[in-house]
Amino acid sequence: MSRSLLPVLTVLAFIGVIWYAAAVALNAPWAYDKAQRAGVELTLPALVSDTWAQDKPKLPAPHQVGAELWETTVQKKVTSKRSLVYHAWITLSATLLGFVLGTGLGILLAVGIVFNRTMDMSVMPWVIASQTIPILAIAPMIIVVLNAVGISGLLPKAMISMYLSFFPVVVGMVKGLRSPDAMQLDQMRTWNASAAQTFWKLRLPASMPYFFTSLKIAMAASLVGAIVGELPTGAVAGLGARLLGGSYYGQTIQIWSALIMAAALAAALVGTIGIIQRVTLKRMGMA
Amino acid sequence: MTGWLIFAVLAWIAGMAINMALARRPDGRWAGVLAPVVFGITLIAVWEGIVHGFGINQVLLPAPSAIAARFVTSTGILWVDFVQTVLKGALTGYIIGCGAAFLTALAIDRFPFLQRGLLPVGNFVAALPVIGMAPILVMWFGFDWQSKAAVVVVMVFFPVLVNTVQGLQDTDAMQRDLMRTYAAGYWRTLLKLRLPAAMPFVFNGLKIGTTLALIGAIVAEFFGSPIKGMGFRISTSVGQLALDLVWAEIVVAAIAGSAFYGAMALVEKTVTFWHPSQRGTR
Repeated sequence: MSRSLLPVLTVLAFIGVIWYAAAVALNAPWAYDKAQRAGVELTLPALVSDTWAQDKPKLPAPHQVGAELWETTVQKKVTSKRSLVYHAWITLSATLLGFVLGTGLGILLAVGIVFNRTMDMSVMPWVIASQTIPILAIAPMIIVVLNAVGISGLLPKAMISMYLSFFPVVVGMVKGLRSPDAMQLDQMRTWNASAAQTFWKLRLPASMPYFFTSLKIAMAASLVGAIVGELPTGAVAGLGARLLGGSYYGQTIQIWSALIMAAALAAALVGTIGIIQRVTLKRMGMA
Repeated sequence: MTGWLIFAVLAWIAGMAINMALARRPDGRWAGVLAPVVFGITLIAVWEGIVHGFGINQVLLPAPSAIAARFVTSTGILWVDFVQTVLKGALTGYIIGCGAAFLTALAIDRFPFLQRGLLPVGNFVAALPVIGMAPILVMWFGFDWQSKAAVVVVMVFFPVLVNTVQGLQDTDAMQRDLMRTYAAGYWRTLLKLRLPAAMPFVFNGLKIGTTLALIGAIVAEFFGSPIKGMGFRISTSVGQLALDLVWAEIVVAAIAGSAFYGAMALVEKTVTFWHPSQRGTR
């Protein structure tokens, strides 16, 4: 861990330098434009300080985004519509609901596929084909249609998250439930174990490493689903709405802070699953 | 009304019966192809039956026959959108993104310092909602297909990068020692041993990238586009409640996505014919 700390920090510092340099390069035309209209010659220090402090820059400098983040998370009340915590919570609730639904559906399908040959042959190819449909692209339609039927608010977004998150769970669980080898299955048979006993005592425990790996992917996908699901509803609330609103009004700093918030959310969610994974597998003697 | 419902129930029972019969046969060569086809046809038949049987409003959920009819009458629009979104946006971005990721992976692999530094960052970014970059990139590169290609580049870059780096580490010490006894240098070892060994991983990344590319190109159009493109058509048609056109676009997207994925899978099969996962099923 500590061995890779220095390289990681180097890379991060490098990204920071590039970011600041790119901010100067991308925002310079506007700065020159302003200076020309004001009739002043722009010196280099003045140019740099201007490009790092514009109101609607093409690329906001990191400290501008940081300041916006600080302002919208710590200094605003959590219930305020301008608080990023409020928007993150809206997105988080849809993400978690979709994640739970998707994981449940995924486990049910996986168990069916492992125990039923008909389902394995007819459903599995369609589970794979279902993911070639760009669901994110039809998210607006799903939201509008569900709204028309009278389902609105949390559930439509959660449905999109569910659609995205059930796939990795199915694939991972099918692999995991089939991971016990012939020797272990034979051992269960010599003990005269029923199918249910084989499932609970051998297949399910054996699938746990696969299960957690796919949960991490499912969680990331679920968050993407929730964010995109917020785009078409007219940008009311949520991180996706902040993105869309920011792009309508050219509020780049708002877009970037929503983006960083989404990244932090993804990191926190996936990290939480990682911790649960480590603890569980340790208790089970698998890691 | 009830006739259609009975039709739906009968279609479901018939489809399931055929599939059970197929599953019971010992030799699975034909059944492996037929079973999913039967299942798909069953689903479409049930869908048709339910829409007519319950009298569901065509605006909410068009019947498959209505979608097919719309598809046939508006092939012109669909083709223009297909060229704009898939060929110009997704494909260009896919090629640039995968190429850049591949070269970056080679550089990372050459320098262990980069590997230890970039890989954790890359893994982190790969889990992020990268699609959120779309509004920014649209702002930078304009409304036309260039910005869509840029979104696709960002989306496919990290999965391909992470997979390629992982694949390049997949040779074991014994194999590398053998190359050294042949007096093979870095480049020769790379070309003859490590790149071929990395191919299953690379194609894993490339296949993940195919669906991401389509999604990226379409979603990026929600943030601004010229008056053509699949994402543009979907968002405007939803506004006009012309859902049959939306579904026609979805059919195009699904076909394009499956074909794209299938093409990559086919290339994978010819390139990595030696890998156990490609040999095992016979």
